[in-house]
Amino acid sequence: MRCAAPFLALVVAGCSSALPRPLPPSPAPPAADLRTQTADQQAVHALSRLTFGARPGDLEAVHEMGVDRWIDRQLHPERIDDDKAEAWVRQFEVVQKTSAQLESEYQNPGALVNQLSARNTGGLTRDDSLLLRQARLNLRRITEEVQAARVGRALLSERQLQEVMTDFWLNHFSVFAGKGIREQYYLADYEHRVIRPLALGRFRDLLGAVAKSPAMLFYLDNWESAADSARPRLVDPRSPVVQRAVRRRFPDAANPQSPMAQQLQRRLRAGLNENYGRELLELHTLGVDGGYSQQDVINAARALTGWTIAGPRQGGGFTFTPFMHDAGEKRVLGRTLKAGRGVEDGEELLDIVARHPSTARFIAFKLARRFVSDTPSTALVERAAATFTQTDGDIRAVVRTIVTSPEFFSREAFRAKVKSPFEIVLSALRALDAAPDRTARTAQVIAGLGQPIFGRQTPDGWPETADGWMGTGAILNRINFGLVLAAGRVPGVNPMAFPGVESLRQAPREQQVDAVVQAFLGGDASSVTRSVLLTGRNPLLDAAAPSDSSASMRPTQAAATGRASAPVPQLRGLAQVVGLALGSPEFQRR
Amino acid sequence: MQRRVFVRDSALALVTMGLSPTFLRRTALGMALPQGARGKILICLFQRGAADALNIVVPFGERAYYGMRPAIAIAPPSRSAGGIGAIDLDGFFGLHPALAPLKPLWDRGLLAPIHAVGSPSATRSHFDAQDYMESATPDNKGTSDGWLNRYLATSRTCEQCAATPFRAVAMTPQTPRVLQGSAPSVAMNSVADFTVRSGGAQAAQLEALYRTGSADLIHGAGTEMFEAVKMLRAANPQRYQPEHGAAYPSTQFGQRLLSIAQLIKSGVGLEVAFADIGGWDTHVNQGGATGQLAQLLGDFGASIAALVTDLGDRMKEVVILTMSEFGRMARQNGSGGTDHGHAGAMFAIGGAVKGQRVVGRWPGLAPEQLYEGRDLTLTTDFRAVFAEVASRHLGATKLDALFPGYTPAAMPGVLR
Repeated sequence: MRCAAPFLALVVAGCSSALPRPLPPSPAPPAADLRTQTADQQAVHALSRLTFGARPGDLEAVHEMGVDRWIDRQLHPERIDDDKAEAWVRQFEVVQKTSAQLESEYQNPGALVNQLSARNTGGLTRDDSLLLRQARLNLRRITEEVQAARVGRALLSERQLQEVMTDFWLNHFSVFAGKGIREQYYLADYEHRVIRPLALGRFRDLLGAVAKSPAMLFYLDNWESAADSARPRLVDPRSPVVQRAVRRRFPDAANPQSPMAQQLQRRLRAGLNENYGRELLELHTLGVDGGYSQQDVINAARALTGWTIAGPRQGGGFTFTPFMHDAGEKRVLGRTLKAGRGVEDGEELLDIVARHPSTARFIAFKLARRFVSDTPSTALVERAAATFTQTDGDIRAVVRTIVTSPEFFSREAFRAKVKSPFEIVLSALRALDAAPDRTARTAQVIAGLGQPIFGRQTPDGWPETADGWMGTGAILNRINFGLVLAAGRVPGVNPMAFPGVESLRQAPREQQVDAVVQAFLGGDASSVTRSVLLTGRNPLLDAAAPSDSSASMRPTQAAATGRASAPVPQLRGLAQVVGLALGSPEFQRR
Repeated sequence: MQRRVFVRDSALALVTMGLSPTFLRRTALGMALPQGARGKILICLFQRGAADALNIVVPFGERAYYGMRPAIAIAPPSRSAGGIGAIDLDGFFGLHPALAPLKPLWDRGLLAPIHAVGSPSATRSHFDAQDYMESATPDNKGTSDGWLNRYLATSRTCEQCAATPFRAVAMTPQTPRVLQGSAPSVAMNSVADFTVRSGGAQAAQLEALYRTGSADLIHGAGTEMFEAVKMLRAANPQRYQPEHGAAYPSTQFGQRLLSIAQLIKSGVGLEVAFADIGGWDTHVNQGGATGQLAQLLGDFGASIAALVTDLGDRMKEVVILTMSEFGRMARQNGSGGTDHGHAGAMFAIGGAVKGQRVVGRWPGLAPEQLYEGRDLTLTTDFRAVFAEVASRHLGATKLDALFPGYTPAAMPGVLR
């Protein structure tokens, strides 16, 4: 078995005796002389990549501390006080509860339908429908609270790198809230107790925690994957021992009509489901070109049979169910898992894939792509992969290799990444020093830009590169977001409440532009952008035919009445500068 | 069909025309295109997640089918009572009962299912297989552009059409893989949403931010977008309501097809449209004549039927092609669902389609006939179908550019 305290990533070295002895990490000395960014650029760059955007005062803080010390501090979130963000999250009752608590407190509308229709022999009464409606609303609240907590934390947290890494791993190990009703009970546990505590921990611990999380077990169907009928099972499901244990553990199951009994029957009959086994290799570890076969996929899935979710009364967490487990011998990636073993099969499989050289390269590549550029150099990926291997998958060490590299601080990397919708919204709110909204409204804005939180249906996660986010429709939505935000029409966000706003409001336009370029665009705007912000006029229009052109954008009746596309009023003064800056090409980059 | 000219700016035109009132006048006057444009339209609909072809175009004449799917098979039409069986097409194949709205299209000779079709790649990864189908280069992930984009970039059938930003439109939040590449295309959620939410000078100021001559992805997308918004506003597609009693489902997919119909009717020069619909990855409890898959097919079939009804006579110029990255295992799995398989099925619909027949050689479902002993065997390469539609419908001549390294041995005979 693995370490008993999987979340204590920092002390894990002592309890994983099976690991090959890790070499001492060899932190390369910060090669400041190889950096081609100016000192000012380095500070802006570090903030743009290791945080969700600079708040007022952040840039000065980085300069004061020195960019290398600041990065080192971010790499150790446990040393950073984060009272404000933690207090924010504490107010969300749902987030504090385990999935088992949620499952028992928030009635499953699907089960409720069964109960109600069984009682009434069929149809639902009006009262029943009301009950059902309430159950559905309650359930939706779970996901909404998880989303609001996430946005607020990303906005407030001083541990920005930890939040960025949480976002990275939630995307790498993506799960989908819409998978089924039960997925929604598991999301808070997944984010707060599986991913975030291990976001800078050891990869094997993270992989293991994910593999055992109800969120992933349910999303990729492993919870109901069992040995095929032709295969020997570790324990015969029909044996009296199993039947007695089942009756003891699941008293409801005595009633053959109960959902519990039906679920058990399904587990007893079930066969192999390859879904998780495949994505484990393709998306979570080796990568699609990592060198595995269809037979490896099948045998990985066989090794993981019986890894399932306990009933709510048993705590609702991970459980290994011997009567579902395929007890035959399996060969995976050239290694043999001996016959007759139980949960060790899956554990050994995770050991094998976590330490596979393809995994080191794949994770190194994805991290370099997140932090440096859409096409990170092979040399950087190789160095990061070497760190991964030497440190036995110490994520903090791999990230350190990447974010202190000359490639990271190269001129080519500066502003080279296009923001995701989450990053667009968060960076705008952080630049405005906006207060978080208690409701899910900000999350809905992010969803409207194409990236609903826990809303990626496919397990590959959201795009990590520019071409996945930038297109004609996307740019339109982003520009509209800037206009709506600057007009004060994003619910829960006051765009004109940042420090110093009162004096800035009265200031000359030039000073307003300087302040806005500094806050939103990292102090760097093209001459065209600056000129448009300054004059509020369109230079091309002035050169051509000004009288004709404004007609081009006069809203038609359809646009004026369209629900989603109602125009915002003409912005004036400081709000106009902010709206134009948020809609500028520069703001799309980080 | 009436088309309108749209003068796309170049670096030079930018200076001379600025925000080009000229183009607006032309658009408003509805100046027709010179002949040469074929006026043909292709609508590609992608079922993401690997649709279960064997329960969509049901081989009820195949005994092995029922043996492998005891809990989820669709009953043969003869034994059907109350519409729970397959809808007979040709005595061997039938449509899933939830696809009843498509049966009239079959009867009118507009619909041809293509069976045992798909990618020769052995991959069972959704992401790879979708990538291969959209790039049309199976087992080669190095292809940077999608096949529809390569068609747009290489086609000379419609030189004037290049002047409209709406030549290729995806009703999706992001540009799909199939339309990525050098030729411009537009992605939108709906016609109604495609507008800058600001009147007057402000939108023009924003536009100026993107018209800097800078050639990167962001400036390019911005410039294209502003052109497109103005043109669409002038054409005002939303004034076109569904015709001929077409009833689009209120689902996202149904509404996206409605938007496509509106674009076609407004004459903005649409040649290639794309939409997708998710949820086909039915590993668990997919159901039979009713249930999860049936519900999805209900939306899918009713939406397509509404589009065909709405377009009426225009269907003479339109081909609708449906596709999914691969099929699913012939046997049901342990969860009342189906795992990833190999060959699948497509639908071709339109006036140009040689309908009322199931296209493709049927490989059978006996154990020795299955691919790797588990999946429907492939007998038609999806590229052969694409190639036939691209060349014979759209008039593409450079098939080697569209499908590098692939020459279809014969056209599958989807079109008349």
